[in-house]
Amino acid sequence: MTRPTAQIRPAPQPPALRHRSVTTALLRPQFLALLALLGINWLLFPGFFSITWQDGRLFGSLIDVLNRGTPVAILAIGMTAVIATKGVDLSVGAVMAIAGAVAAVMVTSGQPAVLAVAAALAVGLLCGLWNGILVTTLSIQPIIATLVLMVAGRGLAQLITEGSIVTFTDPVLIFIGTGSVAGLPTPVVLLIGLTILTTLAVRRTALGLLIEAVGINRSAARFAGIKAGALLLVVYAFAGLCAALAGLIVAGDIRGADANNAGLWLELDAILAVVVGGTSLLGGRFSIPMSVVGAMIIQAMNTGILISGFSPEFNLVVKSAVIILILVLQSPFAASFVQRRRLKVAPGAQVSAQQGDRA
Amino acid sequence: MAIITKLALGAGLAALLSTAAHADLTGKVIGFSQIGSESGWRAAETSVTKSQAETRGIDLKFADAQQKQENQIKAIRGFIAQGVDAILIAPVVSTGWDEVLGEAKEANIPVVLLDRGIDASPDLYLTGVASDQVKEGAVAGKWLIDTLAGKDCNVVELEGTVGSSPAINRKKGFDDAVGATSNIKVIRSQTGDFTRAKGKEVMEGFLKAEGGGKGICAVYAHNDDMAVGAIQAIKDAGLKPGSDILVVSIDGVPDIFSAMVAGEANATVELTPNMAGPAFDALDAYLNGGTVPEKAIITESKLFTQADDPQGEYDRRKGLGY
Repeated sequence: MTRPTAQIRPAPQPPALRHRSVTTALLRPQFLALLALLGINWLLFPGFFSITWQDGRLFGSLIDVLNRGTPVAILAIGMTAVIATKGVDLSVGAVMAIAGAVAAVMVTSGQPAVLAVAAALAVGLLCGLWNGILVTTLSIQPIIATLVLMVAGRGLAQLITEGSIVTFTDPVLIFIGTGSVAGLPTPVVLLIGLTILTTLAVRRTALGLLIEAVGINRSAARFAGIKAGALLLVVYAFAGLCAALAGLIVAGDIRGADANNAGLWLELDAILAVVVGGTSLLGGRFSIPMSVVGAMIIQAMNTGILISGFSPEFNLVVKSAVIILILVLQSPFAASFVQRRRLKVAPGAQVSAQQGDRA
Repeated sequence: MAIITKLALGAGLAALLSTAAHADLTGKVIGFSQIGSESGWRAAETSVTKSQAETRGIDLKFADAQQKQENQIKAIRGFIAQGVDAILIAPVVSTGWDEVLGEAKEANIPVVLLDRGIDASPDLYLTGVASDQVKEGAVAGKWLIDTLAGKDCNVVELEGTVGSSPAINRKKGFDDAVGATSNIKVIRSQTGDFTRAKGKEVMEGFLKAEGGGKGICAVYAHNDDMAVGAIQAIKDAGLKPGSDILVVSIDGVPDIFSAMVAGEANATVELTPNMAGPAFDALDAYLNGGTVPEKAIITESKLFTQADDPQGEYDRRKGLGY
């Protein structure tokens, strides 16, 4: 018996799904994990999959998972781009709070809602640019550069709201947070649109390739003629913009800007969603739709805990146990284990595995 | 302008809350070391303390510690060096106070703790003013018992941050009160982290899990913000908060009073931001009459319902910085 050599280790996955059939794509550990979690939720609460039509919108636990998972999913989209460049953005939670605060204070002081939304998004973009400038021009490590805004940003938001929850009744902002389009909650529609647009932008143009190149080796990318600095600026600004959108949704949802709590620790959930989605923290390989799936896995778990009736002391323990399980399932170790099993079952598999490596 | 309005409103409330203007503390210098501005309630406590001092003619030296104990210790040493007549502290943590309070004691300056207790020898401070969190939960529970008058009721509970003392105590107070009855059952209990967003999310989950809310007759939230979130979730589910599902919570922030005006919240138990009033009363009695107060002064946990002029309460609190 020949011992498997290094050739059959799972190779770094190709950047896109181009060479994969739909079935292989759906058999990824992330989808299995999501299905398993939804199944557990269904066991805990038999009405989990029931969706009804109520007041002109879909109503049910599954819709809740999508709706509640949206802010983290939107953050994760921006975070994926940043992490693909071998960076990280810790400030997104604070930027959410700032954007919500700006919009809420503007509408309560009588400005038109459209202007308030535009201003909030612009502020998010500026925050992202600030991070980008620290990372590119000043060459500060991303984790430190964005830590500055993570700490200071929440203070900024508190300054804007003067420390209180600014409650508003503006219909446009409330629509962004709690309205519905064609029966789906507005946040979910925004998320779907953003996911499609971003995926097209990175996969149908060279943008995704450039991001991966910078993430794998910034110097080499620069020598190859890629304007790495400008690209990084764009990526951080995009993460800021995503954070601002998430901030608007969260504020609209509770009809108020809560500077102390909006987006608190969500940067960590966003990073987790990206990692669960299979994007490498070392830069390079990334997938935006999978990060969205990662965010939904986290939310399916949160919703499951809520409806399970566990005592709240168990929340974090259950959450961490599930996450460890998911990470183990998608680790290189598990992948090689599965592949070894397949080799034993079908001797021909080695050939296809090698082909897969080259694909 | 805004600040002047706030002061005016604050002074108005202070006048209402204080029993009488004590001329006896006029001209006294009192140092106040506040934790920082961690929450709206804290901001209200600061503005009420300032207006209380103003009505009594006290020269209040205010120091914001920005959530750091070392800043509080520095501020207290500064007060001692200035030779103030008394010191108020809202301690950020419970340990590590022995040395600096010993210095205050040596300088013969009485110290009053506001809102939170400390782990130190009781002879290091004059007294502490705080609310009774267990009682707050009990008052909320008693309101529910009285309102239901024996009818069967399934309650869902939105808890505060896991492990925090208000969450533990407010749960205990409420559970003990309704546990003694046979008609009220707490069927679900989850943490909403004291925030509006989590309160809404948890309530959504509860509503789905209990047949779209048909199985729920009341929600008890450990703070008003979670209740405000829960009210929105109840409305989204097509039910009427305040009548289909009763809403009772604790704190007495302005937004819960506006919900009461709209008939969407039923009752709140006030955590008064006026900790300084009783503290000044005690200092007055001590400095002028030598009366040593009890070691713990408990503030009133007052119940407000829709019948208690919620609009007026809202207006009175709006400018306090909640």
